[in-house]
Amino acid sequence: MDSEIKNQLQDSLGGNDDSKDDITCSSKSSPTMAASSVRERSTSPEGPPPPLPPRPNTLNLLDEGASSSRTLRQSTQSALQSRATTAVSLTDIASHDGGKESYPARGLPGTLRAKASLSHLASPRGSDTADSASVKSSVPQTDFGEVENVFSDFVATESGPMQHDSTGLLQFPEFQADDVDDDFTEEFEPVGDVGDEGENEVLENWKSKRKHYLILSAAGKPIWTRHGDGGLISTYIGVIQTIISFYEDSQDRLNSFTAGDTKFVIVAKGPLYLVAISRILESETQLKLQLEALYMQILSTLTLPSLTHLFSVRPSTDLKRPLQGSETLLSTLADSFTKGSPSTLLSALECLKIRKAHRQTINNALLKTRTNSLLYGLVVAGGRLVSVVRPRKHSLHPGDLQLIFNMVFEAEAVKAGGGESWIPVCLPGFNSSGYLYMYVSFVDLREDAGNVADDTATKEESVAVILISTDKERFFELQEMRNSFIEQLEKDGSLKIMKEAIDKGRPKTTDIVPGTVLHHFLYKSRGNVQFTMSSYEPDFSSVSRRRRLMSTYNNLHASIHSKHAHVRVHHCVSQSSTSLAWVTPVFQLYCVAGPNANRNALAHSASKIVQWVQQEEERLFIIGGAVF
Amino acid sequence: MSESTSTNTPKPSSSVKLVLLGEAAVGKSSLVLRFVNNDFQENKEPTIGAAFLTQKCSLPTRTIKFEIWDTAGQERFASLAPMYYRNAQAALVVYDVTKPSSLTKAKHWVAELQRQASPGIVIALVGNKLDLTNDGNEASGEPQADGEQQPPAATADGDDAAGEPQEEQDATPGDARKVSTREASSYADEEGLLFFETSAKTGVNVVEVFTAIANAIPESSLKSGRGAGAGTGQTTLGGGRPAEDSRVNLGDRSTATAKEGCAC
Repeated sequence: MDSEIKNQLQDSLGGNDDSKDDITCSSKSSPTMAASSVRERSTSPEGPPPPLPPRPNTLNLLDEGASSSRTLRQSTQSALQSRATTAVSLTDIASHDGGKESYPARGLPGTLRAKASLSHLASPRGSDTADSASVKSSVPQTDFGEVENVFSDFVATESGPMQHDSTGLLQFPEFQADDVDDDFTEEFEPVGDVGDEGENEVLENWKSKRKHYLILSAAGKPIWTRHGDGGLISTYIGVIQTIISFYEDSQDRLNSFTAGDTKFVIVAKGPLYLVAISRILESETQLKLQLEALYMQILSTLTLPSLTHLFSVRPSTDLKRPLQGSETLLSTLADSFTKGSPSTLLSALECLKIRKAHRQTINNALLKTRTNSLLYGLVVAGGRLVSVVRPRKHSLHPGDLQLIFNMVFEAEAVKAGGGESWIPVCLPGFNSSGYLYMYVSFVDLREDAGNVADDTATKEESVAVILISTDKERFFELQEMRNSFIEQLEKDGSLKIMKEAIDKGRPKTTDIVPGTVLHHFLYKSRGNVQFTMSSYEPDFSSVSRRRRLMSTYNNLHASIHSKHAHVRVHHCVSQSSTSLAWVTPVFQLYCVAGPNANRNALAHSASKIVQWVQQEEERLFIIGGAVF
Repeated sequence: MSESTSTNTPKPSSSVKLVLLGEAAVGKSSLVLRFVNNDFQENKEPTIGAAFLTQKCSLPTRTIKFEIWDTAGQERFASLAPMYYRNAQAALVVYDVTKPSSLTKAKHWVAELQRQASPGIVIALVGNKLDLTNDGNEASGEPQADGEQQPPAATADGDDAAGEPQEEQDATPGDARKVSTREASSYADEEGLLFFETSAKTGVNVVEVFTAIANAIPESSLKSGRGAGAGTGQTTLGGGRPAEDSRVNLGDRSTATAKEGCAC
């Protein structure tokens, strides 16, 4: 990818950051808050020692002093300063005013808090709440508005030290999930039919999900839900729509609110409301990004003009029908967020690591076999980009690629059909107003290369050739291009190289830095808008472990990107892991080690990783790419 | 743009363009998957756009290579359908025997094909999901577990029982059939369509449909395999080529009415 694509990609990355800005702006950085945050700062940080002394609590390699522990503890929040201060929410009040009972009363089944005996003292959720509450429009339920006003100052002063006391235990949320480990797979199972299992049971299943996504129309019609069906959720949809429109009426858009440990984030897009409800530790910004990606998926199915048209003709349109058949795309996208997606977190793409010369060969084959109607050509191995060909004046948007990869690799629809596919798709980042036509075929690398893959190839080892045209009549032209392209790859040995690279997998951290304390890392090259990471093996092979790893990254990412952090390096210690984020204008590095990893060892490994990536840069990332 | 003319003598191998149409979730992809891979997937996800597959079918006198367009049934894809049926020599219009509305939709497709597709197009009306009916149980010899433990005896006249009113909710317990064989087959007769009831799940009648289509294609409209293959490679998906229309314009019925194969 050359500078254009970089810029373009960078823009979208910037967009990511911008959205954070938005949130920060919309959050009340009001004088009161700022003031109290100062006050808070003076009371808490060097204040009384944590109740569990032996562990080094938090360490900020850059001396951000007082705010560091705060940063860490509240790392899930995006708006650091405002959050640090006023616990202006029902939850907070509850937790400090004899609300201890209120948690159990909520009857959280998974009881994330099971191990955290101190949680009632100052649950991290409490401070979460404070954060969300600080977002202007998400002032919690009106009933309690008064109470908050009355108590906010008081609570703030009270909560400061108390929260601080428990930082060691609670700032880092994920260890609590140890005992949740095994049932995470249930998250993705269907809730069942009311007919089969009885309403209560289904409802229980539904409620036990840690993550919900709901999409409804502004008129209050349910459009899509990850779990359950329209009938099951209709009452909730009603409630949500009422809440949202209440704020809408007063010209004060509701962005998010928190209840206990559950975060609600709302994104309004034209005639649609998208709602995420999460009990997993994710920041508001991250959830917002996920909802925006779901919206992009809807646009990708319908295009913006037709979506707008549908609702302008009839505001009560039932969008379920036009979206019919694309629900699985929404679901797989949502599930990839719930499982944790480095690509979404970093707004970047991953590439297959091969030698520069080898990539060049593949690029050249694409260029050589290119037909006139080709807009974009992609070779993708299990969601990792191998090669790209594109016109000079058009770049590729990572969000669009994410939609394509989701469709091709995650949703079974394309692959299970066998054969070749011809798919009308709108790429909103490219142009939200019309369809492009996408030729997809899988290449079987396992046996005699060049054949269309059968469906037994796993996701990781399947290689897809994706050719995109603006002309819906060009299927056979692109089919022919694909055939000669594959022929060319076969001839020059590129298929074999790809297969080897896929078989090799991602490197383990110990392959890169022998004996390192690191278990995993993510490295994003900001200039290339691409990332690379180490293998999930052996520490994070299960879905739930991966989820925890991603929560760790979410925390790191949120805290280091909070607008007022100005942090370059961020070190975080918890009972379950030690982690480090390191941000420069060139890259972002996030890495995770075991709970008792030595800080120096961690820092040392981190810089080794950076060295390694910089050495391997031209193999790990697509720099330049094929342009015509 | 395209190759030889239609007057070629039949060659051992010819290719036939076939398109599948029908309401969403009636089992179009499953029929193709059964025919091409002899495989069946429970709860297959909906097709997006269209899938292109090929499969050979051996007849005594020649080999037919089917080039199959398996289209998505959702309404939003309907506007793309002409692209796929425009030059097709055969069409499979599929409905679900347990869902009357899918037959209505199938009739619409048949009408559209008769109006807009190549005049000689061979259309087969296919009622899928026979395994959900009592006939299916008997025919397939492997009853499904979906609570259809109806003894085969009841199926003997199940056909007739379901035959009278189109939507027999109460035919026999455990029988999910809602579209009678008689209703569909008489419609097929009227319109001059081939008619089959199939089960992609058990494989009943699937190959038979394709073989029947292969046999029904007039020899004169068959292109040589090689030539056709190369032709499709070079040309666009359709594009209303008069030359081709006249080539294909040799079908048995409705030749008179269709002067312009590409009315789209």
